[in-house]
Amino acid sequence: MTAAGQPRVFLVDDHAMFRAGVRSELAGHVEVVGEAEDVAPAIAAISASVPDVVLLDVHLPGGGGQAVVAAVRPELPQVRFLALSASDAPEDVIAVIRAGARGYVTKTISGPELIDAVQRVAAGDAVFSPRLAGFVLDAFASGQADLQPTFDPELDQLTTREREVLRLIARGYTYKEIARELFISVKTVESHVSSVLRKLQLSTRHQLTRWATERRLN
Amino acid sequence: MATGPGSKLPWRRERDRALAGGVLAGLSTKTGIDLTALRIVVAVISLLTSGYVLAAYVLTWLLLPASNETGSIASRAASDKRGIGLAAALATVLGAVLIGVGALDIPWINALAWPLVISACGLVLIWRNSEPGEQQRMQQLAEPVLGNVAGQKPGRIVPRIAVGAGLLAAGLTMLLVGHERVQLLVPLGGVVLLLGAIAVVLGPWWMRIARDLVEERQARIRAEERADMAARVHDSVLQTLALIQRRASDPHQVVRLARVQERELRAWLFEGKEPGSLQADGVAAGVRQIQQDVEARHGITVDAVTVGDCELDEELGALLAAAREATVNAAKWSGADTVSLFAEVEPDAVSVYVRDRGCGFDPDAVPADRKGLAESVRARVARRGGSASVRSAPGEGTEVSLTMPRQPARRP
Repeated sequence: MTAAGQPRVFLVDDHAMFRAGVRSELAGHVEVVGEAEDVAPAIAAISASVPDVVLLDVHLPGGGGQAVVAAVRPELPQVRFLALSASDAPEDVIAVIRAGARGYVTKTISGPELIDAVQRVAAGDAVFSPRLAGFVLDAFASGQADLQPTFDPELDQLTTREREVLRLIARGYTYKEIARELFISVKTVESHVSSVLRKLQLSTRHQLTRWATERRLN
Repeated sequence: MATGPGSKLPWRRERDRALAGGVLAGLSTKTGIDLTALRIVVAVISLLTSGYVLAAYVLTWLLLPASNETGSIASRAASDKRGIGLAAALATVLGAVLIGVGALDIPWINALAWPLVISACGLVLIWRNSEPGEQQRMQQLAEPVLGNVAGQKPGRIVPRIAVGAGLLAAGLTMLLVGHERVQLLVPLGGVVLLLGAIAVVLGPWWMRIARDLVEERQARIRAEERADMAARVHDSVLQTLALIQRRASDPHQVVRLARVQERELRAWLFEGKEPGSLQADGVAAGVRQIQQDVEARHGITVDAVTVGDCELDEELGALLAAAREATVNAAKWSGADTVSLFAEVEPDAVSVYVRDRGCGFDPDAVPADRKGLAESVRARVARRGGSASVRSAPGEGTEVSLTMPRQPARRP
């Protein structure tokens, strides 16, 4: 972080207009250290500048957002990724999260909400947009049909509390509102979300693996 | 209107009790005689008097104003020059045919002849000058007799005409053979020549009237289509263009509006989906459609999330209709840029939540206009066995929660 305590942010998006828009929205709250519009230049520039947070478009011409995450994370585990997309497709989003992104927000997010999300990710928390919360609820739906022999309840199932939290996120509640609604602290909400993120990244649930596999084959 | 038996009101045609023109219904009200009895008596008399009663009926229909009108059809027909021309032409042709048929010397045809001519001409004038409601009734009456020719396939009309022609030929042959007198052919030939002459003299005029009628109808259809198109374009494209102008400084919004509008326009032009109609067959598709519609129409972002999916039935359709109303409500009144729309399909129920972070309101001190909207959302769901609740406080936004139990038969 910089002296002012602002997270150092790197932008990866193939639309110059969108990068400019995000830059102006973030101005004064974060330090934008660089930007790139394709996979290979992004990997090189991120390795050189080592930002705190990379704002990453899920759809990139040279292999998609998860290619950037996959290449950077082994070398620089301290760089955190926040996926950003206009896409509706769950498999794209899940793939980039499973590659290691700390969260996902839609491109229609407002400026203040984006700043909040960046700061949250910089602090090591997970950020779920309503849409991602919906995808996760869907993917972890309680049906037993798609459970594999390697089923691990620790990883392949959500707790009731996690479900409640995700449902409220999907309904548009902020962490603070969720905390008030469920009579728990904001920290507890954050830990539930982080736990869901961990499950999302490590679970071998059929749904998740299928999405990820299909994505890799493409 | 107090219309008891023997009322002092003038005799008027009653359209709401009418079988044809409502003449007898009006007479029944005027005199106090039971309508069914009156109808039977008149029907019997008209059979016995070979059509004169029918002609009288048509003339009364023409001359007697309906209870909700000031002038009679005849008063309007007086200024309908083409209608009068049409009736006169019809009378000429029918007259000529009757003269011809009269030569065959069959008494009952002669007896029927003149009342029929009068009735036919009267009906033409009534048809052209009556209200649309009456025209529809006449169409219904005529349907079993004429068949819906316009809607029939040519493959079915051709056999009908063939059979008709065959019967006609057989009939003529039998007439000729029955008389066993070749002399009869002379007047018959005269009739044919007379008809031919009339056709030659009046033919072009008839053709022109027929053509004019067709053109008039086509023009009316075109005008209706244009009006319909204009309404649709106004509701969708023009509104979006207005929104784009207002948001010209925000390229994302402009692009999004344009994309949503393009999608809707394509769906309308190439898939025939009417803008604003809910034609989805599943919950997820329905939610997506609400999202697109409200975004296009109100220029706000709808953050829609669906978990699970199932087919729409009547109950779930009502749930989504209520959800759409709640979403539109939030878009219109809350003042928020974003509305969250979350739907979850569970094994025994489907829930929808519509949430905004706008101005909110105090549910205990609701102004009448907003209460009406909340009630209509609630009533819509409650009628189908679901439930709805509204949570709101001033400055804290509003959340509408809707739940509908799923039908046991349709559960997976």
